[in-house]
Amino acid sequence: MNAHPGCGCGGSPAGGGCGGGRVEALPAASAFAALPVLPSTPCGGGAHAPATDPHEATLAQGERVLQELMAAGAATPAATDPTTVNPDDLTDDGGVSRRAFLTCVVAGCAAAATTGCGDFLHTAVGKKSFREYDKDEIAGLVKELEASARQKVGKDVKIGTTGALPGVEFGYALDVSRCIGCRRCVYACVEENNLSRDPQVHWIRVLEMDKDHGVDFAHANAYYDAEQVPRPGHFYLPVACQHCRDAPCVKSCPTGATWTEPDGIVVVDYDWCIGCRCCMAACPYGARHFNWAEPSVPTEAFNPDTHFLGNRPRSRGVVEKCTFCIQRVRNGRYPACVEVCPVGSRKFGNLLDPASEVRWILEHKRVFVLKAELATHPRFYYFYGS
Amino acid sequence: MSRLRSLARRALAAALGVGALAMFSACSEPHESPLFPPGPAANRDVEDLAARHVPPPPLNEEMWPCSQCHDNKDLTSNPKRRELTMAHDDIVLRHDEKHRWCLDCHDSEKRDVLRLASGAEVPFERSYELCGQCHGDKYRDWRAGVHGRRTGQWNGEKQYQLCVHCHDSHAPKFKPLKPEPAPIPPSRRITK
Repeated sequence: MNAHPGCGCGGSPAGGGCGGGRVEALPAASAFAALPVLPSTPCGGGAHAPATDPHEATLAQGERVLQELMAAGAATPAATDPTTVNPDDLTDDGGVSRRAFLTCVVAGCAAAATTGCGDFLHTAVGKKSFREYDKDEIAGLVKELEASARQKVGKDVKIGTTGALPGVEFGYALDVSRCIGCRRCVYACVEENNLSRDPQVHWIRVLEMDKDHGVDFAHANAYYDAEQVPRPGHFYLPVACQHCRDAPCVKSCPTGATWTEPDGIVVVDYDWCIGCRCCMAACPYGARHFNWAEPSVPTEAFNPDTHFLGNRPRSRGVVEKCTFCIQRVRNGRYPACVEVCPVGSRKFGNLLDPASEVRWILEHKRVFVLKAELATHPRFYYFYGS
Repeated sequence: MSRLRSLARRALAAALGVGALAMFSACSEPHESPLFPPGPAANRDVEDLAARHVPPPPLNEEMWPCSQCHDNKDLTSNPKRRELTMAHDDIVLRHDEKHRWCLDCHDSEKRDVLRLASGAEVPFERSYELCGQCHGDKYRDWRAGVHGRRTGQWNGEKQYQLCVHCHDSHAPKFKPLKPEPAPIPPSRRITK
């Protein structure tokens, strides 16, 4: 998809909401065509333009697009498409009329509603991405967010913004020969990271596999129930975000709401996630989870020690995932799952430190990664301790 | 009897005090490598333990110190291998029981310490040296921070655990656990 000339949408996948989008030959069958609009640009790229009034900016852009189309003798847009700019909607001075503008807004909202992301307004329309803020702006934003979190959660919540430590790249190693599948890690993660209890969200999925089959996702069972584990003839493979060096989720995100931090943690900016779930389709590990409903966490159970890019309160319609407990590890602590594991199968540390536990494992143990053939290059390793 | 007991207690307290001091001094030094220079386990001193912040062993307070009964006066040592019936009959040895019995690890004379195969004495606080005689690979991994559970800081002080905190020394196979509830399948997840 090319960038639309003069239109601030930058060729974004938000075709349904862009004033000039449908004029160009967009691939209507593309999966992107059904996406809701960008958080910052409910209609056209108005918010990106320097003009303060989005209405005026859109008019000017519409004018430019149409003038270029007229000059090139392009095909007349289909009259049945409500999102196209009809020449009849042009005002006398060459701009786009209020009617055309409002039609566009309504169409954008309708598109969003039909895709189940009607409350896209929660994505802080007009705000910058977390990475674009300077220090003062972040302080202000955090204050704002903490106030709204207090209201939402019912108690004081600290939202940290601790950055990556220099010279640190996090790595994780899990001992497949020790894990007994007790799921203590799953629930420690739920409590530490304020995961929704209803509907249930788990960042860690423990897969039970047959020893006869080896690591085989086709025969894995995440819903095993037993009086005692490990069950004879089975081994267990907990899977969460693999924090890939070449992360498919990051590449697939249309809004840049997810990225890899300098210390290797793949994070999500919940204010910029539009809930399109492209990342979930792209992730080969099923490590990303969508909030189909407003997450519910009991006030007394809410962990008030949070991070902007981690366990702060989330809303309906955003994707979330394991962050290696960013609020803990950036302050030197082990992730919650590491500390709770009763068999000590979970190991964590700095891959750049030759004296770290994970480096020792990489150098001395039999190590593998999941789906190595996909070349996602995970920072999450599995190993055989014995 | 009671004098012996108080003596043993004082000795233990002194040993722990030395350990605590060593722990304190070891922390101020940078940890260059989790690996320690190779050498026979018995040669390492108490600092070895202290550097790892190992908590005290889970000793039965009612029974400890062992010398309160095994005082070599009222109760003398019987080194003959046999099944215990008078006391400790609750202990079922499931640890290479075909070849081993109590006095392979417990010292027959000094009851408040353990005994290596070489005959060297090892306090209960350093029981990992005893375990490491046979389980050398696990001992090596444990020292590197890879075998066993760690808590604390990934880039700083770590809390280690003794082998016996997770494994019953008389029946060391890890006991099965009841798993936490299975996740709710997506089809049955309630959404509001």
